[in-house]
Amino acid sequence: MLRFIISRLLQAIPVIFIVITATFFLVRAAPGGPFDAEKVVLPEVKRALEAQYKLDLPLHEQYFAYLSDLAQGELGPSFKYPGRSVNEILFSGLPVTAELGFYALLIALIIGVTAGVFASLKPNTRQDYIPMGLAMIGICMPSFLLGPLLVLVFGIYLEWLPISGWGSIPGDKILPSITLGAAYAAYVARLSRAGMLEILSQDYIRTARAKGLPEWQVVGKHALRGGLIPVVAFLGPAFAGLLAGSFVVETIFQIPGLGRFYVQAAFNRDYTMILGTTVFLSSLIVLFNLISDVAAAWLNPRLRSQLSGGGQ
Amino acid sequence: MTTLQASEPVDLLEHAEQGASLWRDAWQRLRKNKMAVGGGITLLLFILMALLTPWLAPYSYEAQNLDLGASPPSAAHWLGTDVFGRDVLTQVMYGGRVSLAVGFIATAVALLIGVTWGAVAGYVGGRVDAVMMRIVDILYALPFMIFIVLLMVVFGRNVLLLFLAIGAVEWLTMARIMRSQVQSLRQQEFVEAAISLGLSPAAIIRRHVIPNALGPIIVYTTLTIPSVMLLEAFLSFLGLGIQPPESSWGLLINYGVETMEEYPWLLIFPGLALTTTLFSLNFLGDGLRDALDVRGSKD
Repeated sequence: MLRFIISRLLQAIPVIFIVITATFFLVRAAPGGPFDAEKVVLPEVKRALEAQYKLDLPLHEQYFAYLSDLAQGELGPSFKYPGRSVNEILFSGLPVTAELGFYALLIALIIGVTAGVFASLKPNTRQDYIPMGLAMIGICMPSFLLGPLLVLVFGIYLEWLPISGWGSIPGDKILPSITLGAAYAAYVARLSRAGMLEILSQDYIRTARAKGLPEWQVVGKHALRGGLIPVVAFLGPAFAGLLAGSFVVETIFQIPGLGRFYVQAAFNRDYTMILGTTVFLSSLIVLFNLISDVAAAWLNPRLRSQLSGGGQ
Repeated sequence: MTTLQASEPVDLLEHAEQGASLWRDAWQRLRKNKMAVGGGITLLLFILMALLTPWLAPYSYEAQNLDLGASPPSAAHWLGTDVFGRDVLTQVMYGGRVSLAVGFIATAVALLIGVTWGAVAGYVGGRVDAVMMRIVDILYALPFMIFIVLLMVVFGRNVLLLFLAIGAVEWLTMARIMRSQVQSLRQQEFVEAAISLGLSPAAIIRRHVIPNALGPIIVYTTLTIPSVMLLEAFLSFLGLGIQPPESSWGLLINYGVETMEEYPWLLIFPGLALTTTLFSLNFLGDGLRDALDVRGSKD
């Protein structure tokens, strides 16, 4: 197991390195300097600014300077908000996005697994068609459409829930979390249905039933563990999707999180902010892919014995 | 009477022959799947509408009527008008052209790169295969959603680049599917026979491997189109995709959200168009997967 983790870690390092390098040179290749927006800047002021942001150095020196800053966990100052570092901005947004993502994932797992398992118990009946039809709607309804529609219905027409903000009015976390989680609930439902259907046709399930175990134990104890492996393996990619989804959801609901900062930085051409956020988010995504791979391998008994047994 | 008798055996023979083919079987199965057929028909209607938009659209794309302003659906404007008095139906039709074009063209790019890459890796095998698939593995781990946003920021919001960027993301799974198909086909006797006959690898791939690997590729292609369209709409919604004066469903939804309190039809109709299309494609793709009996083609 340890060897598996280490080998996956070693695979992750070149990926992160490629992300850093590609992002750095892409951002530097962008047309137009970051200070073009300021109307009239005196040449000496511009030079001083460039020196402050190390833009006067040759490109490769900038790159190595950036790498050494990164190695110390320093993402540099923001172009747009002088005096604030990218680190500060990121860490002010991180808890908000993490909380939003956590609720969304919780909704996705609870609703998705329940619906999927429920559907798999009686395939090709109404108990299967209704949740799976709803799941299809969830997949086809993008968050940037679902969010505004929820706002329209529950926020504006019914006036049940607040329509924007995060943590300032009670209940304002409900709509964004549902908006972000809905599509993943749908995917989780489909995956857990497919996974459960496969497991439920296995011999050991028939054995468990034959020895007279009550159905809830057969499903809960024996089938779930294997049937949910695809769901666990999906969590890594889902995490990347949740982050991208947070771009939209945080924009719609005006939530001060990482996603909104990223989109704003993109519009403001705040290059250090884009660079820092990309590197940070990418590393997070790579890390979560790793965790979900390891978890899925651990849940799969065949893979696990192969991994921990080594020479067996 | 005589002509009928004469033609009957021929018909039977034809049926017997076609009944044996995989495609015939798949078609029979697909036809029984109501959701898939419904999806296919809806999709065809949308494609037809997109192709014929310049002739079908009730108003011209630029036509404004500032006196009218935003009006709800009426006899003159079936889906209402926006704040500039532009006909929403016309907007949705022209936007659909772009959305569908992005979906199909970017998927075609992905298909071309992925199939070629996977076929070469699977066919040549050995060290070439190892290196090529290692590249796919590394690219897989890259957070592309973020990269596409970055690309659009850095190089301006250019439609051509959007096609390429999306296509470049979606080819990876295609390459993996193609490679595993080719690897299993390579062991087959008819491929060995073709090799011993001295056919070039390119000819073998083209004539034997690709036609036989077509099933999973068709299924995956059908399911890639909606995810590409979703990606385009996502970028356009954020203002990073299609730019005015061009339009797309994602962009129309973006505008619709701004005024949804007063004029909800500006959000609902483009949203409905996008969702219906995605629905049709997903149902058709699922139906094709069942009909062609393709397993594990997703992920």
